Amino acid sequence: MIPELGQFVVILALVVALIQGTLPLLGAQRGDERLMALARPLAQAQFTLLLLAFSALAWSFLTHDFSVKNVAQNSFSQLPAIYRFTATWGSHEGSLLLWTVILAGWSAAVAVFSRQLPQEMVARVLAVLGLVSVGFLALLVFTSNPFERLFPIPADGRDLNPLLQDAGMISHPPLLYMGYVGFSVAFAFAIAALLSGRLDAAWARWSRPWTTTAWTFLTLGVALGSWWAYRELGWGGWWFWDPTENASLMPWLAGTALIHALAATEKRGVFSNWSVLLAIATFSLSLLGTFLVRSGVLSSVHAFAVDPTRGLFILVFLGLVIGGSMTLYALRAPRMVAGGSFAWFSRESLLLANNVFLIAALGAVLLGTLYPLFLDALGLGKISVGPQYFNAVFVPLVAPALFLVGIGPLARWKKASLPDLMWRLKWAFGVALVTAALLPLTLDGMNLQVTLGLFLALWILFTVIKGFAQRLQHAGPDRWRQLLRLPRAFWGMQLAHAGLAILVVGVTMVSNYETERDVRMPIGSHVELAGYRFVFHGVEEVPGPNYLAGRATMEITSPHGRSFMLYPEKRNYDASGAIMTQAAVHYGLFRDVYISLGDPLGDGVWTVRVYHKPFVGWLWAGALLLAMGGGLAAADPRYRMVLRRRRVPDAEPALASAAAPEVR
Amino acid sequence: MRRWIPLAVVVALGAFLYLGLYLNPKEVPSPLVGHTAPDFTLPVVGRPGETFSPADVRGEVWLLNIWAPWCSICLKEHRVFRDLIGDDVPVYGLTWKDLDREAAPLLARNGSPYVKAVDDVDGRVAIRYGVTVTPETFVIDHQGVIRMKHVGPITPQVWEQKFRPVLRGLRP
Repeated sequence: MIPELGQFVVILALVVALIQGTLPLLGAQRGDERLMALARPLAQAQFTLLLLAFSALAWSFLTHDFSVKNVAQNSFSQLPAIYRFTATWGSHEGSLLLWTVILAGWSAAVAVFSRQLPQEMVARVLAVLGLVSVGFLALLVFTSNPFERLFPIPADGRDLNPLLQDAGMISHPPLLYMGYVGFSVAFAFAIAALLSGRLDAAWARWSRPWTTTAWTFLTLGVALGSWWAYRELGWGGWWFWDPTENASLMPWLAGTALIHALAATEKRGVFSNWSVLLAIATFSLSLLGTFLVRSGVLSSVHAFAVDPTRGLFILVFLGLVIGGSMTLYALRAPRMVAGGSFAWFSRESLLLANNVFLIAALGAVLLGTLYPLFLDALGLGKISVGPQYFNAVFVPLVAPALFLVGIGPLARWKKASLPDLMWRLKWAFGVALVTAALLPLTLDGMNLQVTLGLFLALWILFTVIKGFAQRLQHAGPDRWRQLLRLPRAFWGMQLAHAGLAILVVGVTMVSNYETERDVRMPIGSHVELAGYRFVFHGVEEVPGPNYLAGRATMEITSPHGRSFMLYPEKRNYDASGAIMTQAAVHYGLFRDVYISLGDPLGDGVWTVRVYHKPFVGWLWAGALLLAMGGGLAAADPRYRMVLRRRRVPDAEPALASAAAPEVR
Repeated sequence: MRRWIPLAVVVALGAFLYLGLYLNPKEVPSPLVGHTAPDFTLPVVGRPGETFSPADVRGEVWLLNIWAPWCSICLKEHRVFRDLIGDDVPVYGLTWKDLDREAAPLLARNGSPYVKAVDDVDGRVAIRYGVTVTPETFVIDHQGVIRMKHVGPITPQVWEQKFRPVLRGLRP
């Protein structure tokens, strides 16, 4: 009964979304208050309905209702409760349902937190979100029903893919979707602005906190995905340039460009066309990612069931959304006015350069991801594009952008002086360069890649400190209290940039100095790596809740003589028969020791792979700081203050706010 | 006019994605298919002094299976060779990087599924065959031309669906 209820509620939600997507839009065009007022309650109703549907599916999983096909295929009687819950979004159907719930959640949030926006704007934004929701709900109802029943009812399920039975998987998809879907709000604001024909600073200000929040979630989602791959795939890698990873990196790059472009649009009224285009592009790339992962167009480690009808459905939807908005852009964009002017060297021009590099990097990733498809479709042969390509093109495009991170925040709006800035930053530049050049010499000789990476990281860190110092130079004795009183947006930016620097250190060090050994080990034998001594004490059988593990005992002695134990496993899952490597990791501030157990060779001999990964943890620490910065910036009270001001009748015209005294 | 560029890009991209729906990305054929199998002369595992070269079996249809003693999937695949395939077509093994010299005792203990297995201890011949993983299997025809390459283990199902039709086409 519960599954049918869930299905019914999804259909109901589709109907609600259809109304939400049409009537308020009509109301906004005609100036009909009653129709516009429908948007908010409808958005909240949709969220409630979809939350119910999601609970129904989760209930079926938790109570082992194997008469539901989705449950039978992705759960198992012995699966622990937490994984039964996460299995709710472990399949294509379930994750699509999660997607729609999150979309409805964002819409409901817009409905609640936009009391101060003009009604017309709210109606349009919620209607656009409703239309996006219609597409996904239709996909769910017509091609991917998660509540489909199965007859005869199987005695037990086929178990959740063992790769997904992991802590990282509990939170990775919801966070990623929060990001992907969150950009739909930025998209909706952009479309609403195009429809109203007013692309001004006010529009940018309204969409900024939403965009930054979505970006924060996406950052966390991508980082968690990488952490999951590191721990769970057993290869010790953290980024594989797999199409699925690229599918999440592309909206992230576009979103990063967008939050920077919006800053310029809000503060100075410039780049508004570009910001709109980026908002559309960012969400489009999120949709493209969905298509790539679920249609089977590219081969990837992700294993969603491949079905051409679904692929076609998503593609048609993708075409409608992107094609429609690009047509709207083409028709409406010319009407818009250009913003304020700026000199060739100014914060505006630096933000523009940042955007150019980010979008070029995005283009390179997009090209590499789709190149095999292009060639294949043109009948020019089948190839695959490997990490060599991505590393070769991505690094040179991102390095200048990283360098600009150091300058941009210190340059003035409108017109900055290059000689003055160079003079002020001479120490930051010099010290960063010398340190970065000398450090590799203390390790294993000259290494230009390391020098470049460390230089950029140190440069960013020093300029972040400089940024704080500059803010406080006239602060006087209560300097520390002043520091805490700096705007959250400023703190957020600085924190995020520092996080980026830490991330760069992690990437640089682990790519250049990681070592690994692949050895066969009889019981009692040992292997040495990077000063660590690994002793193999054999493998014993340990039963898990839904698997049987061969668990190795490894004793590791560090170069400083401290020792610790690690227990890598090879798990054999009961239901699916899948064999999985569960790597064991000893985390450290400056290095991870990572062991993955290979295959048995008989007589207690096993193949074992041991890794020493310097600074790998900095990758995720940096990403976490990036996200914290984003969260802090989005929570800046300024956005709420501005919104409150809009309530006053006959408030100042939107563009005038760009000329208002600077808060940042 | 410039404002229509984004739309044009989207339309072009959409067309490619549509075509992509009907293509199979997993199939990356070996560039060696249709070309003469790279020549080599290597010592035969477990038979000191003896060597093997593809020229020795010119005029026959045969399989070249790349395996390694430390590859557990390969050892499972051996069973399929012994039970199913051995009588159909001769299978030769290329032992990849047997640095611990385990191949000879292992084959002697389990019973070799190969007519002959050669010893590619430094992996140089495997590189010329473009081997990326073990096991991989090549079908080589009377003229010494590679007709097919299969990556991954051969299961009875794979054998029926993929190998048999090719081999049937090669028989006179």
